[in-house]
Amino acid sequence: MSVPNNRTEEIAARLIRLALDAGATEAEAGAADGSEFECTVRLGELETLKEAGSSAAGVRVFRGKRSGTSSTSDLSDDGLRRMVASAMALAEVSMEDPSAGLPAPAELGCAAGDFDLYHPDIEAAPPELRIECARRAEKAALDFDPRITNSEGGSYGSSITTRAFANSPGFLGSYKTSSCSLSVVSVAQNGGGKLERDYWYDISRSFAKLPAPEQIGVKAAQWTLRRLGARKVETRKAPVVLDPRVARSLAGHMFSAVTGESVYHKSSYLAEKLGRTVASKCVTIIDDALMPGGFGTSPFDDEGVPSRRTTVVNEGRLETFLLNTYMARKLGMSTTGNASRGLAGNPGTGHGNLYIQPGTRTPEELISSVKNGFYVTELIGSGVNIVNGDYSRGAAGVWIENGRLAGAVHEVTVSGNLAEMWSMIEDVANDLEFRGSVAAPTLLIGEMRVSGT
Amino acid sequence: MNFSDSWVARHAGLTLSVLEQVLAEALSKGGDYADLYFESTATTSVALDEEIVKSAAQGFSSGCGVRVLSGERTGYGYTADLTIEKMRQAASIAACIASGPAKVSRSGFEPSPAHRLYEINGPEASLSDRVALIRRADGAARAADSRVIQVMASYADSVKHVLILTSEGRIAWDTQPMARLNVQVIARQDSGQPQRGYSGGGGRVAFDYFLAERTPEEFAREAVRQAIVQLDADDAPAGEMTVVLGPGWPGILLHEAVGHGLEADFNRKGVSAFSGRAGQKVASELCTVVDDGTMARRRGSLNVDDEGIATSRTVLIENGILRGYLQDRLSSRLLGAAPTGNGRRESYHYTPMPRMTNTFMLAGESDPEEIIRSVKSGIYCANFGGGQVDITSGSFVFSATESYLIEDGRLTRPVRGASLIGNGPEALKSVSMVGNDLKLDEGVGICGKEGQSVPVGVGIPTIRIDRMTVGGGK
Repeated sequence: MSVPNNRTEEIAARLIRLALDAGATEAEAGAADGSEFECTVRLGELETLKEAGSSAAGVRVFRGKRSGTSSTSDLSDDGLRRMVASAMALAEVSMEDPSAGLPAPAELGCAAGDFDLYHPDIEAAPPELRIECARRAEKAALDFDPRITNSEGGSYGSSITTRAFANSPGFLGSYKTSSCSLSVVSVAQNGGGKLERDYWYDISRSFAKLPAPEQIGVKAAQWTLRRLGARKVETRKAPVVLDPRVARSLAGHMFSAVTGESVYHKSSYLAEKLGRTVASKCVTIIDDALMPGGFGTSPFDDEGVPSRRTTVVNEGRLETFLLNTYMARKLGMSTTGNASRGLAGNPGTGHGNLYIQPGTRTPEELISSVKNGFYVTELIGSGVNIVNGDYSRGAAGVWIENGRLAGAVHEVTVSGNLAEMWSMIEDVANDLEFRGSVAAPTLLIGEMRVSGT
Repeated sequence: MNFSDSWVARHAGLTLSVLEQVLAEALSKGGDYADLYFESTATTSVALDEEIVKSAAQGFSSGCGVRVLSGERTGYGYTADLTIEKMRQAASIAACIASGPAKVSRSGFEPSPAHRLYEINGPEASLSDRVALIRRADGAARAADSRVIQVMASYADSVKHVLILTSEGRIAWDTQPMARLNVQVIARQDSGQPQRGYSGGGGRVAFDYFLAERTPEEFAREAVRQAIVQLDADDAPAGEMTVVLGPGWPGILLHEAVGHGLEADFNRKGVSAFSGRAGQKVASELCTVVDDGTMARRRGSLNVDDEGIATSRTVLIENGILRGYLQDRLSSRLLGAAPTGNGRRESYHYTPMPRMTNTFMLAGESDPEEIIRSVKSGIYCANFGGGQVDITSGSFVFSATESYLIEDGRLTRPVRGASLIGNGPEALKSVSMVGNDLKLDEGVGICGKEGQSVPVGVGIPTIRIDRMTVGGGK
């Protein structure tokens, strides 16, 4: 193991030594150290201000093929020893699992390169300036139109985190990330007194790269105004255009359906579809954990395996499942570097920067190609079943008539089945933008069930 | 109990005079009020999958949050490190929300009133007892039906100690147990589409609850029953129709349709669809909806809320008329309303907000069978997944996981998952029958608001809603 070069690496490395001393045959440990800042300005007045730092650590120990895991916020020497003892006791009650264990030593390592994950200007920005950003963003929304009558505020938040990971075969690594975000939630009212709210936000790894606060406020106001006068529509089948704000959720459902766990459990409708067509030809989905500055970027996954770029779906064909070491062994495959976990617990599956590759037409061209359909800007509720693909969610947006955005629509549902929805994607627009680790351009789905009156 | 017996004194070695200094630091720049929230939580969980206990985990977290209120403003700092230096640092951060001369907090602390809703006596269950429980669930699920192809069972329990000290000279503490058993199964008929079934329950109970009152076998059989029903289900219908909700967990309707919209923070700010509607009719006269944090051993119950105020039973809607809001300290002070003990937070990392506890509709007079018989054509929803609401427009949605068609007053075929959508202040106006069979949920609810999750309960008798939009695929 290399020499620890920060406090989180020291803790992770110390936990490995403590675990091996306590009789573990193998061990892995993580530690995180972070600080957060958050402020909200509402109707021009500072409403909340929060600032704090915290750290925590976790360990997973093996006794042969049995494992136990424990975490703590008490990083004193006593606290770390108690945690290791707890994990060792837990390993006693778990059962032998032939597939359990760490990655092979040859699989461990860090991806090379500068991933541009930390900018000191976020910590350096004075609190008054951060509050001023929130104030300016909210003011721009309130000043934009007299129908913007209220607000849930403008908020600025930032966080700095260092994560370290170590294991007994000798992996030791850490990385530091910074991020800041600015958001506005505005409320509009029309003549009838009916209220509507909507939001806009942006997020950046550097304070300097955050857009002007006014841009965020104006977009929040525009989104909110667009909802005024919304009505229900008659129940029917219709083409559906998904705005990027909601299209990204489809990428998320694809991720859930291709994780190793849902595959070996047969709890995914895609469990038996590897190498088969699972979407229309215009759909390519990438999981890229190496994108510089990305919110899903990391040099290694949560088992110490180098991060990578993976094509999940290529022109509609399912190329690979997304796996950690355990799932790879279950399926007779190799890890794809997608291990993810909190400080305690067995590794699960996570993604890097997950996105649907953009096409060539503009979103306006997609909308204008629809004679009579539904442009969806919000989806709510949890009606997505990965096991059988059933899909039914609450929706709001704008009705498209003869290729033009006509009136606002709300309190309807869109429903179908994920397998059919993917196969009916007729076009993918060119407007891919990342505001987090999952992104998609505007999508056109040939037909879905819209339920209203 | 005395302060000297609390974990804050025993484990962190803190004294009341030190904590008075922290409160003084919090009010050093003025402010109306300050409080300290200490929390120590230990969690144990075990999980079984493919007949193997693959995961056994424990977690320990403790810390303190310092809050200062000044008018409508809140300042907040927290620390996991309970040294006097770190706590004073958190206090000085929170203090920055105010600007003025220092305030003096009252010296000495009087205990706040608190309920005794969930005392746990006897020794903690051993790790192997916990493992035995999920192995029983696994065995029962596999034995229940040969079409079961996967069983995932998990058990988790936690004990949270909280201690709250206020600048008004109040001290409150509580020990909050929580336990939950989950069973999920996948069933498949030959090479057809697999289907999922889920069941779980618990509350602020000790381990023996699962030996004596709700056994792993009951949860396992219920999960299998739900999965098997889905094997034969057709697509759900689409459009507006009559909906009958079964008793218990379908009470999530109330949580989404009215509960969130009646949280006082949204109403104080005028951003809820229910803002300014107290005294108005928002439901049919058959509907009385309450939020009650004082029910023994329920998942949503608390002896004191996370601001040290005893929880209460709050009538939200009485015979269709909007009566009350759910208050935290800040909103009740600004609105001049009595506190209701609904100030809750996920952990010491967060400031409290008005949150629900156990939210349910009181029983009516109809026989549930008669309610189903009254429907010519519609849908009966027995179980739900989650829900969500836009509190400003009032649009809410909740997703059925087990439903049946009603044809000529009889339940006929099972139908697949569908979301139901409606508008908060309008939906309950079309409730035309309320059953005499009020049932509370099994104890699995988790409510999310502004990034904070807290455990809650819901309940409802069988009700008939004359018109609601159902988002089926047919």
